[in-house]
Amino acid sequence: MSRWSPETQERARQIIARYPSRRSAVMPLLYLAMAEEGYLTDEGMAEVAEWVGITPAQVLAVASFYTMYKREPAGRYLVSCCTSISCMLLGADEVLHAVEEAAGTPPGETDPDGLVAVEHAECIGACGGAPAVQVNYELIEGVTPDKARQLVEWLRSARPEAVNADEMQALFGGRRSFDWAIPDPEGATGPVPAFSPLGTSARGGE
Amino acid sequence: MTLVVTRRMTDHPADSHTMERYLATGGYQQARRAAAMTRDELVELVKGSGLLGRGGAAFSAGLKWSFLAPARPAYLVVNGDESEPGTFKDRQLLERDPHQLVEGIIITALANEVHHAFVYIRGEYPKPARRVQRAVEEAYEAGFLGRGIFGGDYDLEVTVHLGAGAYICGEETALINSLEGLRGEPRLKPPYFPAAIGLYNQPTIVNNVETLSNLPHILAMGVDQYQALGHEADTGTFLFSVSGHVRKPGNYELAHGLTWRELIFDIAGGLGEGRTLKTWIPGGASAPWFVPDDHLDLPITKDDTARAGSMLGSGAVVVMDDTTCVVRAAERIVRFFSHESCGQCTPCREGTTWLEMILRRIEDGHGREVDADVMLDVSDNISVGLAWPPKMTTICPLGPSAVSPIISITKYFKDEVMAHIHQGRCPLKPE
Repeated sequence: MSRWSPETQERARQIIARYPSRRSAVMPLLYLAMAEEGYLTDEGMAEVAEWVGITPAQVLAVASFYTMYKREPAGRYLVSCCTSISCMLLGADEVLHAVEEAAGTPPGETDPDGLVAVEHAECIGACGGAPAVQVNYELIEGVTPDKARQLVEWLRSARPEAVNADEMQALFGGRRSFDWAIPDPEGATGPVPAFSPLGTSARGGE
Repeated sequence: MTLVVTRRMTDHPADSHTMERYLATGGYQQARRAAAMTRDELVELVKGSGLLGRGGAAFSAGLKWSFLAPARPAYLVVNGDESEPGTFKDRQLLERDPHQLVEGIIITALANEVHHAFVYIRGEYPKPARRVQRAVEEAYEAGFLGRGIFGGDYDLEVTVHLGAGAYICGEETALINSLEGLRGEPRLKPPYFPAAIGLYNQPTIVNNVETLSNLPHILAMGVDQYQALGHEADTGTFLFSVSGHVRKPGNYELAHGLTWRELIFDIAGGLGEGRTLKTWIPGGASAPWFVPDDHLDLPITKDDTARAGSMLGSGAVVVMDDTTCVVRAAERIVRFFSHESCGQCTPCREGTTWLEMILRRIEDGHGREVDADVMLDVSDNISVGLAWPPKMTTICPLGPSAVSPIISITKYFKDEVMAHIHQGRCPLKPE
């Protein structure tokens, strides 16, 4: 008996069909489980195990290997501050401290309201627009400590349904790695990357 | 300068990602041509072009293809797990010209008798993944993917797969394990090439995003014209991601052969007001560093860089000015490898952890007189003899990569390291 909604179950079936082997669907299904419950619960992992035909322990082995599978609640807005070399050279540690202060929580933890979680991230591929920050994996480049503080305050007060990179970049960003040029209407609604392997139509976006 | 893979996005910034623009600028004509060519013709063409893999190892793409074992099915895996600190070129190619990649996939599939390709994109790149997914859908709708592509009898399926935050999945056998639904741990070698035994234990081609993005242009130009774009053995163009203390960071599509001075001071705009160049990383966090006295007028070629004891790797150039604390910079790079070590091999798992702890205590003012030697000793246990290219004690090159910053700071900046230890503080920080 599945814990998932009929729509999520249908998605799981379609995702599995895109691979020659069921087990290959474990990563996309873990994202599906996270989107369903906000983070990866033991029950969610057991559900994935059933769908792909492996044991819950095997699913845990995979989930625990990758940093983006959160096995604890990770807030409604996960703020990931890159502190790798290129961002560090341009002040990323100060940006991280500003985010921690504004959120009132150290890296790796969620604020008491369950709204904003903070983490330091290793290189997120935005080195030309350092220092860079992601909210629910949507990117903001060229962030200063002041702008980072304002970002957290904005998340707290505006509580956007979905966070959109173009909007956040315009409000809180600066120099970019390259001209983004093309507007992107997609947004992320939780600490799960806004991507569906079933395509744009399945997301109901655009 | 001739732009190749960034030409369309430069000329048509507003819509370079769409099928309409791609078709209007000659798109999918080369894949259509490839469908009428034999596999041997395609492999020979790419071999002849001299195209080297752009993911970091700079291995001949055509040669890699020619190793493909005869068993079928064979698979193609596109490595879009770009995660080497300093590197952001594939992100631009994925976001701004995804159809160019899809056309490269079709050509590669035809050349290697592949009917199912996977595009593995790092988890932190949802926007690039959305763009590629959309391009793949458009290609299906146009009949360029799916059953009977271009109206013929060749079938080709493409699945876009999102990673979940693990640098090591950029190593091709780790990436294959990840795609199989396993932990992203590199596989024991031999076999050295997934072309022999890869995804689902079948022959598999793994190519980087930039590598595949070059293919439509190689077919369009022909071998001679493509080679002429480059510099001797480094054919074609190369995307450099320049970051750090330069005025104009960014991705620059260039031919090899210019000097580091030209790249850093002319193209990337030089350093901030009153600042001087201290050191730079020529090819991603895994590469040993260069310094102005020895390397500034060296030509940027694969061979010249190798002879000087480093590599161009993924093309990531990280520039550091005189305000940079090299201990802190090295700590940040070693911390990365320590965090990303998959933990299979003891020298890497333990060595990177110890190196990170020692660097942190030096930076925090608790360094010991012996620490520089201890770090070199630990490094020697990860990478025997501290040779370049590294001698391996591990399944993959991640561990030896963490040794590069240690060798660099003890070779060029020993005084600064010892000043940290003797003064009990970072000498670059104000008292």
